[in-house]
Amino acid sequence: MHLRNALRAATALSLISVGAAQAETITIATVNNGDMIRMQGYTDDFTAKTGHEVEWVTLEENVLRQRVTTDITTKGGQFDIMTIGMYETPIWGANGWLVPLDDLSEEYDVADILPAMREGLSHDGTLYAAPFYGESSMVMYRTDLMEKAGLEMPEAPTWQFIREAAAAMDDPENDINGICLRGKAGWGEGGAFITVTGNSFGARWFDEEWTPQFDQPEWKAALEFYVNLMNDYGPEGYATNGFNENLSLFQQGKCGMWIDATVAASFVTNPSDSTVADHVGFALAPNAEGVDKRSNWLWAWALAIPAGTQKEEAAKAFIEWATSKEYIELVAENEGWANVPPGARTSLYETPEYLEVPFAKMTLDSINAADPTNPTVEPVPYVGIQFVAIPEFAGMATEVSQEFSAAYAGQQTVDEALAKAQAIATEVMEAAGYR
Amino acid sequence: MARSVSSRRKLINTGLAWAIGLLIFFPILWTILTSFKTEAQAIASPPLFLNFDWTLENYGVVMERSNYARFLWNSILIAGGSTILGLIVAVPAAWSMAFVPSRRTKDILLWMLSTKMLPAVGVLYPIYLLFIQLGLLDSRAGLVIVMMLINLPIIVWMLYTYFREIPVEILEAARMDGATLREEVLYILTPMAIPGIASTMLLNFILAWNEAFWTLNLTAVNAAPLTAFIASYSSPEGLFFAKLSAASTMAIAPILILGWFSQKQLVRGLTFGAVK
Repeated sequence: MHLRNALRAATALSLISVGAAQAETITIATVNNGDMIRMQGYTDDFTAKTGHEVEWVTLEENVLRQRVTTDITTKGGQFDIMTIGMYETPIWGANGWLVPLDDLSEEYDVADILPAMREGLSHDGTLYAAPFYGESSMVMYRTDLMEKAGLEMPEAPTWQFIREAAAAMDDPENDINGICLRGKAGWGEGGAFITVTGNSFGARWFDEEWTPQFDQPEWKAALEFYVNLMNDYGPEGYATNGFNENLSLFQQGKCGMWIDATVAASFVTNPSDSTVADHVGFALAPNAEGVDKRSNWLWAWALAIPAGTQKEEAAKAFIEWATSKEYIELVAENEGWANVPPGARTSLYETPEYLEVPFAKMTLDSINAADPTNPTVEPVPYVGIQFVAIPEFAGMATEVSQEFSAAYAGQQTVDEALAKAQAIATEVMEAAGYR
Repeated sequence: MARSVSSRRKLINTGLAWAIGLLIFFPILWTILTSFKTEAQAIASPPLFLNFDWTLENYGVVMERSNYARFLWNSILIAGGSTILGLIVAVPAAWSMAFVPSRRTKDILLWMLSTKMLPAVGVLYPIYLLFIQLGLLDSRAGLVIVMMLINLPIIVWMLYTYFREIPVEILEAARMDGATLREEVLYILTPMAIPGIASTMLLNFILAWNEAFWTLNLTAVNAAPLTAFIASYSSPEGLFFAKLSAASTMAIAPILILGWFSQKQLVRGLTFGAVK
């Protein structure tokens, strides 16, 4: 008996000491958004399961991008996990800066990750980052104003219908704008929006020889449509409005429609923040009549491991935990299904409870309708829907979007903006050796 | 001779000074007010000035989510450490330039200041690589050195201007009495220059406290000061202005209080040399 107890104690002791020897503290760089902050609150669950501790470095999106880019290009080794997006993942994966996630456990079920997400976070078929949550874009509209206007929003509207609806709902006397859209300069802000609008008019950034296409009629049609729509029915100063500004306007009942990230759906339907929570409907992002591409984008915030980390095993364990089915269930159990990270796993959209969430189906349909390898009508040499996954894109698209914003603000014409965009893109692509 | 000022004019001047003062202070006041609102009230239009339900909820959330004490401690150590180190280097430098100037002193001063004209991001990669080599990334020591180097030109300039006001005859008298160089600097110059040194210290402390490029780019967990604390509440996708304001208020409160108590010295130091 004594011997058995002694043996048990020795075994327990050795297990503890092995556990202690392997327990690590990993540092994770992440963005400040609702889902990520929520995950930080559940870190204890991960620590209890694995013994590993977690240190969080939370930064604003642009600061984070600069911070992690500096670290990974210099092999600084400050972070064991980085939160990155669909733009960075394929580029960094191709450069060998990320640890391939090709040996995740069977229980993790990689095949369950939505195909569009898996494709966008891979390079040459190898997954380099696991999506924590994914998003597309869609139309959010005021059902009460729509009813008042005597219109019915189709599930898949055209831009022409959007214009008609904006005209009907526009009510300057009551401070209601027919439509609110992003116009703020920046590749991830207004630049993303006008790129997907371009896609839905059949425009593209480059042809297959990497020749910029801003001098083509499709771009002119898209930009003119956007500027006219916003000048007629958009809020004043829309050239400087981004996601947050439009969210604020919509929540205060000052927009008839808003086309933006699907993640906004949970904000505008939350009664504690939104004055119009009970009157919001959703539809697929629009397309121009006769164009077989919609203006919905695809984005994921994903977790990746920088090559060279000393704590690869612990980092992988964390990624498996944070992007697993079990994590989704953990959040659902504690905070309800509307608060689970959306858009990453197929199984989530097979859960009956989740399908009762008002924006669940539209989010999935929007994600499924997005194809990063065929973003527009004609073929393109790049991957990405609201961006072009090449290192030169961020700088170039920011400059181009500044020219577009100047056109929105009335400082130049659409033709002038397009001519400058063409010149900027041509110069960058020639300097980078694509042409 | 002082110019006589009519009481009406005095009233106007006072009123104008207050108006400008309030205008400059308004963004800080607005941040403080927003920190006591709910997120919905923070974005209300028209904006709510004082007529809202005051809440401490945001402070509660911020305290729960972040380790404020650690960020604060790092800010104090980095700002304080770089200030002291800066003074140790700058006092002898300013002394030599003020009292034993050479033909090139003015050029050196200008050249020192020219380093401030370089955009910081231009040297991010070299400094980052150096920090990796020296093992200084995310360390307080590394940031103390960088902050000291960044603010050194300003410290030297301020001290130089201040030292120039001290009559050289006093130092000569001390030398005649047999004071060594060390004694001269330590017992004669320094006590006379204490108000100037104090205002230089204060300004440098404030500059180091507020610096938000290097402190964000060279830290992660261990050395992150309050600037990183604020950055963690900023979000381009989500309206968290009330929480961001609470975090900002907590970050600026210590320096605001310090500035309030030492405003006399600060103004004296900043305007020194303007009146002879």
